[in-house]
Amino acid sequence: MAARIFTITSGKGGVGKTTLSANLGVALAMGGRRVVVIDADVGLRNLDMMLGLENRIVYDLVDVIEGRCRLRQALVHDKRLLELFLLPAAQTRDKSAVNPDDMVRICDQLKEQYDFVLVDSPAGIEQGFRYAVAPADEVLIVTNPEVAAVRDADRVVGLIEAEEKGPARLVINRVRPDMVRRGEMLDISDVVELLAIDLVGVVPEEPDILVSANQGKPVAFSRDGSLAGQAFHNIARRLQGEDVPFMPLREQGMLGRIFNFMRPGGD
Amino acid sequence: MRILERLRKGRKPSGKVAKERLRLVLAHDRSHISPGLLDTLKDEIISVISRHIDIDASSVQVTISQSARESRLVADIPLSSGRRGYRG
Repeated sequence: MAARIFTITSGKGGVGKTTLSANLGVALAMGGRRVVVIDADVGLRNLDMMLGLENRIVYDLVDVIEGRCRLRQALVHDKRLLELFLLPAAQTRDKSAVNPDDMVRICDQLKEQYDFVLVDSPAGIEQGFRYAVAPADEVLIVTNPEVAAVRDADRVVGLIEAEEKGPARLVINRVRPDMVRRGEMLDISDVVELLAIDLVGVVPEEPDILVSANQGKPVAFSRDGSLAGQAFHNIARRLQGEDVPFMPLREQGMLGRIFNFMRPGGD
Repeated sequence: MRILERLRKGRKPSGKVAKERLRLVLAHDRSHISPGLLDTLKDEIISVISRHIDIDASSVQVTISQSARESRLVADIPLSSGRRGYRG
């Protein structure tokens, strides 16, 4: 089976593209899929750290493009999983080292041997965005329930349509149910209505995400550990065509609310 | 607590404010029509139509409406109230 190629992009930086790429890679690989995640953020590489693979990099994307190594040599195997590989970005180069044809060629090569290729796009809508989107069969747009992120996401939705890569699908990250409940945050239906594209995932804001980034072990590794981890697994299943209901936003029952109440700084 | 505070001050929940602001700004972003251009269009529409019929210029509204990802320019032009009289 030829791989499906997903590009994960957002317009605005810092909304969780790399977190989604890492966790989706882990969730798909845990389900037995053969997965390559490509860090397309040349010059600002981070996906390696999210996955805890930063000390295992020998070659990178630009080495492959410029013929210093073969594609297979640049792939870093995540040994915690049977079939998860990272193609790291170059850290000491910039986006001008890659063009859209390079990405298409690399993804075409990967297509034969893997089930999923996830391209973690850089922020912005310039060269880096363009080469990241070029090989995509499908585009996932990540946003936060926040005005700047939604506006930028809308711009990207338009660009994806213009590139005929659409319709893009939406992941809303960093949702805070407590704030939504108080009416102090855009809710899911507001964002979906404004952007008018299909929703494929909702990820709550959780301290575990930062902890897992600190440790280089994406939350998706523990399937039942956190709501965010479950959310990533749900997205992975939806991308494979499963009809998975969305978790209710008011995630906790009475007990959880009492715990939250007792916890300092909790809702 | 914060809800009570809001009721007392009569403040609109900021999530709703965000949605309304986004709705407007996305309409302008998508159509490449700035608020200034919309005003210009409105003035010119009024002047063209007024040449032929009596309209209530002060109540004319020109807006960008959205359904899904389709935008359309909508002009709402009330005829001046005297006009019904002509028709008898």
